[in-house]
Amino acid sequence: MKYWKGIEELESAPEFMQSAFAEFMPVKESHESKDDTSAPRRDFLKLMGFGVGAAVLASCETPVIKAIPYLNKPEEIDPLISNFYASTYFTGSDYNAVLVKAREGRPIKLEGNPESPITKGGLSARAQAAVLSLYDGGRLQHFAIKGQKAEMKQVDQEIRTKLAGTTGRIAIVSHTIISPSTKKAIAEFAARYPNTTHVMYDAQSATGLLQANGGVVPGYDFSKANVIVSLGADFLGTWISPVEYAKQYVVNRKVSTNKRTMSRHFQFETAMSLTGSNADVRVPVKPSQQGAIALALYNAVVSGGSVSTSTPYGKQLATAAAELKASGSAGLVVSGSNDPAVQSLVTAINQALGNGGTTIGTASSNVRQGDDARMAALVNDMNNGSVGAVIFYNANPVFNHPMGDKVKAGIAKVPLTISFNDRLDETGSLCQYSAPDNHWLESWNDFEPKTGFLSLSQPVITPLFTTRQAQESLLHWAGNNTTYYRFLRANWRGITPTDAAWDKVVHDGVAMGTALPAAPAMTAMSAAAAASQLSGAAKQNGVELALYEKVGLSATGCEANNPFLQELPDPISKATWGNYVAIPRAMAITNKWEQGDVVKVTANGHSIELPVLIQPGQTNGTVSIALGYGRTMAGKAGDKVGENAAPLALMANGIQYMNVVTLEKTSATSPIAQTQTHQTLMDRRPVVQENTLANYKKNPKEVTEYEKVSTPDGMEAPSKVSLWQDYQYNNHHWGMAVDLNSCIGCGSCVIGCQTENNTAVVGKQQVINRREMHWMRIDRYYSSDTHKSDFDTKGKVATYAAMEDPSENPQVIFQPMMCQQCNHAPCETVCPVLATTHSSEGLNQMTYNRCIGTRYCANNCPYKVRRFNWFSYYSNEKFEIVNGHMFTDLGRMVLNPDVTVRARGVMEKCSFCVQRIQLGKLEAKKQKRRPVDGEIVTACAQSCPTDAIVFGDMKDPKSRISQLLRREDGERAFHSLDSINVQPNVTYLTKIRNSESEFFGQEA
Amino acid sequence: MQHVSAVREPLVTGGKTLHDVTQDICYQVEAKPNLRWMAALSVALFFLGVFFYSVYRTVWYGIGEWGLNKTVNWAWDITNFVWWVGIGHAGTLISAVLLLFRQKWRSSINRAAEAMTIFAVICAAMFPVLHMGRPWLAFYVFPLQNTLGSLWANFNSPLLWDVFAISTYFTVSLVFWYIGLIPDFASIRDRAKGPIAKFSYSMLSFGWKGSAKAWSRYETVSLILAGVSTPLVLSVHTIVSMDFATSVVPGWHTTIFPPYFVAGAIFSGFAMVLTLMLITRVVFRLEDYITLEHIALMNKIMMVTGSIVGVAYITEFFIAWYSQVEFEQYAFINRATGPYWWAYASMMTCNVITPQLVWFRRVRYSIPLTFALSIVVNIGMWFERFVIIVTSLHRDYLPSSWAMFSPTIIDIGLYVGTLGLFFTLFLLFAKFFPVINMAEVKTILKYTVDNGPTYNPSKAHHAPVQTSTPGVPASAPVTYNQHD
Repeated sequence: MKYWKGIEELESAPEFMQSAFAEFMPVKESHESKDDTSAPRRDFLKLMGFGVGAAVLASCETPVIKAIPYLNKPEEIDPLISNFYASTYFTGSDYNAVLVKAREGRPIKLEGNPESPITKGGLSARAQAAVLSLYDGGRLQHFAIKGQKAEMKQVDQEIRTKLAGTTGRIAIVSHTIISPSTKKAIAEFAARYPNTTHVMYDAQSATGLLQANGGVVPGYDFSKANVIVSLGADFLGTWISPVEYAKQYVVNRKVSTNKRTMSRHFQFETAMSLTGSNADVRVPVKPSQQGAIALALYNAVVSGGSVSTSTPYGKQLATAAAELKASGSAGLVVSGSNDPAVQSLVTAINQALGNGGTTIGTASSNVRQGDDARMAALVNDMNNGSVGAVIFYNANPVFNHPMGDKVKAGIAKVPLTISFNDRLDETGSLCQYSAPDNHWLESWNDFEPKTGFLSLSQPVITPLFTTRQAQESLLHWAGNNTTYYRFLRANWRGITPTDAAWDKVVHDGVAMGTALPAAPAMTAMSAAAAASQLSGAAKQNGVELALYEKVGLSATGCEANNPFLQELPDPISKATWGNYVAIPRAMAITNKWEQGDVVKVTANGHSIELPVLIQPGQTNGTVSIALGYGRTMAGKAGDKVGENAAPLALMANGIQYMNVVTLEKTSATSPIAQTQTHQTLMDRRPVVQENTLANYKKNPKEVTEYEKVSTPDGMEAPSKVSLWQDYQYNNHHWGMAVDLNSCIGCGSCVIGCQTENNTAVVGKQQVINRREMHWMRIDRYYSSDTHKSDFDTKGKVATYAAMEDPSENPQVIFQPMMCQQCNHAPCETVCPVLATTHSSEGLNQMTYNRCIGTRYCANNCPYKVRRFNWFSYYSNEKFEIVNGHMFTDLGRMVLNPDVTVRARGVMEKCSFCVQRIQLGKLEAKKQKRRPVDGEIVTACAQSCPTDAIVFGDMKDPKSRISQLLRREDGERAFHSLDSINVQPNVTYLTKIRNSESEFFGQEA
Repeated sequence: MQHVSAVREPLVTGGKTLHDVTQDICYQVEAKPNLRWMAALSVALFFLGVFFYSVYRTVWYGIGEWGLNKTVNWAWDITNFVWWVGIGHAGTLISAVLLLFRQKWRSSINRAAEAMTIFAVICAAMFPVLHMGRPWLAFYVFPLQNTLGSLWANFNSPLLWDVFAISTYFTVSLVFWYIGLIPDFASIRDRAKGPIAKFSYSMLSFGWKGSAKAWSRYETVSLILAGVSTPLVLSVHTIVSMDFATSVVPGWHTTIFPPYFVAGAIFSGFAMVLTLMLITRVVFRLEDYITLEHIALMNKIMMVTGSIVGVAYITEFFIAWYSQVEFEQYAFINRATGPYWWAYASMMTCNVITPQLVWFRRVRYSIPLTFALSIVVNIGMWFERFVIIVTSLHRDYLPSSWAMFSPTIIDIGLYVGTLGLFFTLFLLFAKFFPVINMAEVKTILKYTVDNGPTYNPSKAHHAPVQTSTPGVPASAPVTYNQHD
């Protein structure tokens, strides 16, 4: 049986037979072929190819990029190019002249303004972080009536009506205002409403100091001081004008072969402060002893008596008095006390030293003007109903004034309450009307931080929210409908008559001239009266409390919602996120308390519960608590961080930041998030070196110990032996030098680095887990009583164990630690995928895209500077509160567009601000020249208030770093961990201490 | 069949015939799963679930789910990795090295030991991948052509060497194991009744026919693979040790690491083999195949390697003192007396002191004591890796960065999870694969019942065994040739 496929097969036509049994149909050779039987394979492939391609294309979503070109491009703004505008940071406590770096019209970073004669390019950590506060989502974004959104017009109208009908006193409550124009605006308001009074108070009050000096803060000049005696004044960290003082202070602290002298610094204080940790002689004293010390010093210096050495601090005080007397006009005594009697004596001592014109300059400072008595009187008036209206001008006394509860009660009794505060905070939320002020980066304003020195701030961005500058609101309510800019400009006519002069001031940000009205005179207490008052003071019994301010967060608490500052480690305790009760070790041992145990602290009938932290250097019988914590209405990040200690302050002769407290242990524990949990250096001299001034004077070549390794040719420097082939740097070789003598450990660089490099904030729990992301940190080591010299007597095991305990009153050394950019980098060899490599300019660079996150590099880094992205910090909801700025469009505006936001699972670390290096090189290239030394600086070097960090090209023999390294070679220049021969590009300069005692043990 | 002296104790007891061997071993595969096996598998599957949950948390949220920090960047992950790789060593040693040394006793345990190796390496391989921040980019470690740029793998990095070492080891072990399985799969195939079993085992047996040529090639391939994998016994853990030894971390930067790690690996591998064998022989009634003599021999190897490890521990301390390097000295003082002293003490007790009990014959031949000892050694070896990794990292050069490590629930979950994974695989293997190499065991049966003299334990060590086999005169010389 046979089936035919068709009639062709039956007929066996030859054409058919040709292809009948072929496996494939003949290939169609060309389009011209007219052969129907050949399959159009190529056409099929083409069609299929097109079909698949089209389907793929159709299934791809076209990304929508919302980039809108400028219709009219602002003249100055070019995409990708940063602009810098001079401005001024002042939040009621510390003053900084700044340069605002703006990209595409949004401020992304603040840098110090080198033109400023006061801060001279330095910038505090608080100021560094302030740019983040601009984009704070917790700010009040509109005017409000009783917390509900309201139209500006309606608010204005209601307030004007009510003000007109107010019969009682109208009070404007603010922190210190150093703006001449603002004061004038307030005066204009007061002219319209004649029963207006302006009450200034300071959360860290200096009323005592003002009273003793005729209503002003003396213009201290630490740069001229050879002997500094500070009675509890933390002038490098928080007192009055720390950046200015730090700049001055280090002038006399820097040493070189040609200048082998240093100032001598005595510090008598309760809590270990930043200043105390830098002092040559630090003496722990109780807060109640400050009066006796001032008196003893007064008797010794002014009356020529001798200091009794029977007190625990007597010996050091006698030395201090003797050296002070010997230094004469190059001596300086400062006191952080708010007791007018103590301050009167200090003033008398300074007068006796004759330091007017030398260490106390003629230009007095205006940054503290608060008057405790007036504020207290106002609070009482509010409560007794004699105040008709109160306006809170960026002041939050409910939170930060010791009489906060009374302020709260008083607000309820005042018929009209208005708040200019930037958010519905503890005070603002109680007010009927909220007329939020612009952020200072959105504002015009002028400042006179020191008499004769003016400073301007200018808006760098249009107000983000429907807010209005407070001065404008005041003028508006006073019936003057001008803008504040015009008002300000008019005020400046005297100083800058021409527009050109005005433009120059706007450009420079600073000017000379006086505009502030003279401070109201205060009557000083006579020295004799003060002496008799202090000698009659009753002795305190019980545990004494000292309230202090943190370097990161001011006592006003206004930075509380700034996660950068919350996560900035305290320079001394290295604690983040919250305050604690700092107790001396002896107290912990007696009471069997351990770090993290929660105790109840009671004073003034008010108690707070905080964990204890064992703080070396804390005076026995005292505890210390930081102010400015425990906000309840600051915003998501700042709420419920720590406890508010302000109500514990003693109200006597103004606010005294001390009290007698009772402590009671609770059953709770609360871990403290510290970025450093091991406190001592374990005598590891190769890590960080220091020596005494006496030795340095003798021979600068003997102060640094250089490690040698044994080779067949005898002892050699470690770098002489190597398995590696050295890199050749033909163009640049970037390097950094850190002068440990200048570094005061303030942490400004840490925040500068964080803002520049988009480093994530990780929150309290992750800091407890030891996962903070800071690329740059400041290692702080306490000295120990036990040294390696005890090996022979005590044995190694016992000695090492004892070396872990810091001394009771330790010496402190700070070491800024960032990627050392090793030339023989251990991290580079172990990365399996070459994600970290060496650049032709000596940089150890990270390729984030290539990183798979094995973390071997971090293990192998001897300096432990590598930071791993354990989580996706910009999208994991666990971090939405603390790292919120990476989650919202508003917050993301602060991110530096030149630096990648790192993904989860990627290693990151200090890059020596490679984006700044590239920018500097490109700028130079555009102008067909080599980069000039100083043109390229890292963020940390830029922000350092003491110029401890020098960055530059080591290839350029004329650069500052080359000169410095040449000068210090063989003297103070050393590499940390030299013996492991990783050959860092960061060089440290040995710290020189102007004291006899040794951080390290004497060589056996 | 082999030629052995009549005084030698037989390696397989119970007078098993060739048929008995087939019957005993195939029975486990052919019978319905018993209740104990089901129960054990349920437990293992539960822990496998824990494993998957922990992997999900790790991969979805990040390594932050673990307890690592900026100072201790490796802890349980790499501890577990090294531990599992170490366990994987006994398999190759038994199958390859002992084969080359013609240690016939290996035949009853090599199958299970090799399976253990493979499963242990699978468990180990989980960690290098999971510990990556971005495991989806794990392929970057292979020297693939990079179309995106000029980056390639870094041949300086010991982690890269690890990739090659582990993958080679895994491949060779797998091939070795599988080739050994083929004749046995064929036996099961030939006995299989159900269609699925028939199909599966015929696929698995690659059409094995048992021809003389096939056997000859089988023997040759076994020998070649044994030759190939012998260096691997040394190389794998040598390279794993270089993950540490090439670093600058005090406590890691040690030239003694390669031999020390290899000894430790064999030590822990034998401990794990013992643990598994002691369970298997009871559960599957294989007492005649895995005899007390096996257990004693393995105990001896464990004791020897344990002693080598002990010497290494002491040498490290000596070298630290002798080097006079401050950081090195502190690293070791801290190891023994620092905050992790308890880990160090556990390691020393478990690894150095307890194995010395094997010197006592009673301990060597006691099943409960051996079982306890094997568990103790496994714990000790886990602590050894933990001590090396965590106590070296947590206090290295800069005291400012010193930190403590504490594991999270996910760390623990991953570890017990891999135990779940391991036992799931092992139980499945034990049920569906012949746990003892039938083909090879048959070659070491001393006598078959019907044609040879039988070993008489009561007369062992005294005189040549007198036979009572019917048909053979008691005084007749044994003609072993007849068995050939």
